[in-house]
Amino acid sequence: MARVVVDVMLKPEILDPQGQAVQRALPRLGFDGISDVRQGKRFELEVDGPVDEAALARIHDLAESFLANTVIEDFTVKVESGDVAAEAAK
Amino acid sequence: MSRTPLDTVEHAAATPDVELPWAELGLKKDEYERIVEILGRRPTGAELAMYSVMWSEHCSYKSSKVHLRQFGEKAPENDALLVGIGENAGVVDVGQGYAVTFKVESHNHPSYVEPYQGAATGVGGIVRDIIAMGARPVAVVDPLRFGAADHPDTKRVLPGVVAGIGGYGNCLGLPNIGGEVVFDPCYQGNPLVNAGCIGVMRHEDIHLAKASGAGNKVILYGARTGGDGIGGASILASETFDDAKPSKRPAVQVGDPFQEKLLIECTLEAFKEKLVVGIQDLGAAGLSCATSELASNGSGGMRVTLDDVPLRDSTLSPEEILMSESQERMCAVVEPDKVDRFLEICAKWDVIATVIGEVTDGDRLEIFWHGEKIVDVDPRTVAHEGPVYERPYARPDWQDALQADDANKLPRPRTAEELKAQVLQLVASPNQASKKWITQQYDHFVQGNTVLAMPEDSGMIRIDEETGLGVAIATDGNGRYAKLDPYTGAQLALAEAYRNVAATGAKPLAVSDCLNFGSPEDPAVMWQFAEAVRGLADGCQQLGTPVTGGNVSLYNQTGEAAIHPTPVVAVLGVIDDVARRTPVAFQEEGQLLYLLGDTREEFGGSAWSQVVHDHLGGLPPKVDLERERLLAEILISASRDGMIDSAHDLSDGGLIQAVVESALLGGKGARLVVPDGLDAFTFLLSESAGRAIVAVPRSEELRFTDMCGARGLPATRIGVVDGDTIEVQGAFELSLDELREAHEGTIPALLA
Repeated sequence: MARVVVDVMLKPEILDPQGQAVQRALPRLGFDGISDVRQGKRFELEVDGPVDEAALARIHDLAESFLANTVIEDFTVKVESGDVAAEAAK
Repeated sequence: MSRTPLDTVEHAAATPDVELPWAELGLKKDEYERIVEILGRRPTGAELAMYSVMWSEHCSYKSSKVHLRQFGEKAPENDALLVGIGENAGVVDVGQGYAVTFKVESHNHPSYVEPYQGAATGVGGIVRDIIAMGARPVAVVDPLRFGAADHPDTKRVLPGVVAGIGGYGNCLGLPNIGGEVVFDPCYQGNPLVNAGCIGVMRHEDIHLAKASGAGNKVILYGARTGGDGIGGASILASETFDDAKPSKRPAVQVGDPFQEKLLIECTLEAFKEKLVVGIQDLGAAGLSCATSELASNGSGGMRVTLDDVPLRDSTLSPEEILMSESQERMCAVVEPDKVDRFLEICAKWDVIATVIGEVTDGDRLEIFWHGEKIVDVDPRTVAHEGPVYERPYARPDWQDALQADDANKLPRPRTAEELKAQVLQLVASPNQASKKWITQQYDHFVQGNTVLAMPEDSGMIRIDEETGLGVAIATDGNGRYAKLDPYTGAQLALAEAYRNVAATGAKPLAVSDCLNFGSPEDPAVMWQFAEAVRGLADGCQQLGTPVTGGNVSLYNQTGEAAIHPTPVVAVLGVIDDVARRTPVAFQEEGQLLYLLGDTREEFGGSAWSQVVHDHLGGLPPKVDLERERLLAEILISASRDGMIDSAHDLSDGGLIQAVVESALLGGKGARLVVPDGLDAFTFLLSESAGRAIVAVPRSEELRFTDMCGARGLPATRIGVVDGDTIEVQGAFELSLDELREAHEGTIPALLA
């Protein structure tokens, strides 16, 4: 079993009110030097069977049609190795 | 657009042969030539950006203007009108020193592309229009039109739109008190998302958008400017977007209701301290619109330094900054000695505010970037003197055939059983079914002043806690009627909204409209538009309710197929004491049901013809505005004097629809008797206008019928509130449980 991670971020030109709220809070809490914050979503998909090209294509499809709203969001798909997945599980 | 070297005014004058992408920006060749003629040289990229957005259909009303003039020319004498058409929103006197401003706008195209944000920013935009008048927003309404209820794309668009309206409005703390939801396949690729807002102020607080007084500072405040919706105004609203290349697809604007809430409080505080000379919200066309409108409504001169605009994205070009439609921004003109205090208030509310320019004593709008002049125009040519088209219009050749296809000749139910089945089918059909699943996603009661909200005939808000003074608003529009006859259809929309306001006990005062039509380049569509405007203007004149402002949305079509002409009319009314309101729900068993008005065989465009026969043809119901006025007077008097305990207007779906709604809301059934001279089918399902049903306590019966008799309004006793069924004597009986299941189950089953 392998883990595939889909990261979804608002497109750079799209307003991110949540990120802005975080950014405005930082100096109030004494954390200086952060000029911008953008907040996204991370999906961790546990894939049955091998993560081959066909599987990735399927994940790309589901990310495009369901996980991300591609009108306003971009996404990236990356495979985490089995080891990393196991590490994370501990 | 060229960014190196910077396309300054000087550069433009020196390089007359440079080709600019005017066509890509939605301008026609003659429009571009006109700009060159006005300037006496080719425009700079930044000037072209401004002209292109401001001369788009959406901002300039270039196709509709010649017709819209009738709203002014035919405006009835009305003492209540404090500010008329042409400002951000009209203002109406509602008594006791209060004034109310209201307006309806469309956000159709953005809501199809990105339903949630499109609908959310639609609410945000109309709310800023109201703040710009100096009023505190108190309620919103949302008339919506979607494709077929069972179409898969409706399941994408509708939940997004509803969540967007709810999300934005609920976060902002504004109750949503009215509107409609209509399904029709003609809206499949082009849903209509109209949004209305009501604001309240004292008479002395009315503010108008203008920039006078040389030396006054121009302050941009609110959100930073980003790459949102660049060119949205010119490209999205001006051309059908199904042929837009992907590269043309603009970035969607994303709203931030919490920022908007700060903007409301900050703006109203600045108004209260009288710090503001002129103000303009930034909506479509962003800074291009705000600077050119403010300047041209004042003495005319303004100098702006674009480098001072706070940016979210530092890579934006000056053209993009001018066209950006980033939400939650406003522009104020403030006297120099009041700037500090203005900025202090903004800082208090955590709103970014920056002086970006000043009013000059010239008559030019000059905009600088990196020290160089990139715009030098007469602002009036940008904002007000855009192209005006007398588009050709012609009654379409299919209109006669459509009207000849008489719905009154459709096969009717032959037996009582069949009639019963059709009634059940009708109350369960998506358009007639309860919209509770949708409207419950909106907060109706936040702020604690909501007196009535959906599914009442009109929304009602209390505006003075001591006296109980309130205002009511209803929005209506029936695209099927308007398709059959746009003139009558527009008047029917007006009549229905007027009647809905009166049914709750409020006196109708003024009108706002949102006119949704197809492409003005199609003579048939232009004819529909011209007829609808003429109908509405004539109707408003006759009813004495002026149009105070509104919005036109054209190019609502998918390919060659235009939507049904859909004039949505909002009527605002006033009620002296909201405790006297009349609800829809049956209140008490034993009360007598009266049908007011005349019932004729009128089935053209009816819900019955659509649901049972999937038919659209014939003529819409007749309009008699004098009758509407009389009916309204009776409903208002009866409410004020406590003669009726519930009232419901009759419209699509006819009498039985109204009775079912009143019964289900009140949890009390009714026994109905078919009056002499009518058959059960016509009695229950005809959609004749100018009618309402009222429930009269027995003790008031004589007084009520005497009043109707004296005023000459037909009032027919048709039954009594009773039991837990709806029984039509001699025809059928349906239990409330069965009706409730049919009426309330449809929408969740389709969409939940």
